[in-house]
Amino acid sequence: MNQTQPSASADTPSNLLISAHQIQHRFGDNRVLHDIDFQIKRNQIITLIGPNGAGKSTLVKILLKILKPTQGQVVHHQNLVIGFMPQKIQIDPTLPLTVKRFLQLGLKKAEHNTTQIETIAQELQVESHLNQAVQSLSGGEMQRVLLARALIRNPDLLVLDEPVQGIDLQSQSQIYQLIHEQQQKRQCGVLMISHDLHLVMKHTDEVICLNQHVCCSGTVQSLRDHPSFIAQFGTDLPEHALYQHHHDHCKHG
Amino acid sequence: MTLDPFMLYALSAGLLAAWLAAPLGVFVVWQRQAYFGETLAHSALLGIGLGLILQIHLTLAILITSFIIVISLHQLRQSALLATDTLLGILAHGSLALGLVVISLQGNIQLDIMGYLFGDILSVHREDLYWMLGLGVLLFVFFYRNWHDLLNLTLNTELAQVEGVKVKALQLQMTLLLALVIAVAMKIVGILLITSLLILPAATARRLANTPEQMLGYTFFTASFSVATGLILSYYLDLPSGPAIVVSAMTLFLILLLKPKK
Repeated sequence: MNQTQPSASADTPSNLLISAHQIQHRFGDNRVLHDIDFQIKRNQIITLIGPNGAGKSTLVKILLKILKPTQGQVVHHQNLVIGFMPQKIQIDPTLPLTVKRFLQLGLKKAEHNTTQIETIAQELQVESHLNQAVQSLSGGEMQRVLLARALIRNPDLLVLDEPVQGIDLQSQSQIYQLIHEQQQKRQCGVLMISHDLHLVMKHTDEVICLNQHVCCSGTVQSLRDHPSFIAQFGTDLPEHALYQHHHDHCKHG
Repeated sequence: MTLDPFMLYALSAGLLAAWLAAPLGVFVVWQRQAYFGETLAHSALLGIGLGLILQIHLTLAILITSFIIVISLHQLRQSALLATDTLLGILAHGSLALGLVVISLQGNIQLDIMGYLFGDILSVHREDLYWMLGLGVLLFVFFYRNWHDLLNLTLNTELAQVEGVKVKALQLQMTLLLALVIAVAMKIVGILLITSLLILPAATARRLANTPEQMLGYTFFTASFSVATGLILSYYLDLPSGPAIVVSAMTLFLILLLKPKK
């Protein structure tokens, strides 16, 4: 945790975790992102939505500084600790690794601390799996373990790439519930990629709709009145509705 | 049992090669890089060919060739629209064939190609042992310092990068170390069989281990056992030493298949 920042009000610069200016990215001749400005603050939940190929994962990699953008710059807050939950993780069965060891590897070398691992495992309801091989977990269990690993360094910002992809509905709402609980408890920022909005919606402060550029963004409420959002989702949007996400209006050649 | 001095020489060279291969071997298995290792090994023959033409040290020539192979692979992945295993197959056999052609073109040089392909442990010189010892120190320092980070990059490179691991630098260093180990272990089992020295002991050790560190420990053990029995068999039954080592490693692997999986 960053010791140098006391809990200031949400708008002071010290609460700005990541800011990105005029991001543009190309893979070869293929322009995948352009004209993107982005900011995320402490205690803010942002959901990034968009169709396949919209550049969501690419943008997140740029924001995490895994990928250097073709143009533009990304600034991280000093000593920013990020907890990252990758979209999927494939661990070869030849690697003998328990869940406990997997979590331990998320800590820095000098910080091995069994109580810390047990506490986080309890909070995320994976303590009964600690001595199990990490490859033997079900989809939902693995997502909870990945979330535990993202949280174990006490991050200022949690970045979740499609955290509920490929798991059953019941586990999905459980994961969302856990993310929400942890965010409330830690007051950290959350940046989440999603292609379904239905469960994230009610806790999200800002939704950014991406299709190579930012189509529209704002609070859920303001987006409901936004013309392009209405074009996508219709006017009356129930809180937990399941709906199809259309991005046809965003195609600009 | 008495052993000739040259047999002791061969045994120490074989054991050193096995120990050098062990830590790289477990990561090759964990990261599913067996075919990549094979490609580097095959390209070593091209390295020898080029080294002979340019009259530079063969180990240096092998390192440079490995480097070229890694860069070619990276470029082809982005432009050739072929699966990585297809590209590796092309590079492995292309470089092996090119190596054989380049070596054959130098008609005046008496070169034991079979020795390079299948190993010739009796051709090991004192200088080779020094190389191995030096490389052993280098490998020990590398793996001791980076073990934690290497496990993390094996799990997921992006997660490792977010957590502050220098992924690209470590991968490059590991590739160069792999090329060096291939260069020095080539005389023991040969280019065509060297991948088995990397993956067989590690695959065997998997049946016994509960942690990554245990697996490394058992890999040292199974590799040493395979080298020792292989060389003793080759000595008493007059078998080619490289294949004898691999056959004994294979036998140990098959025996441990009978043991229930952990």
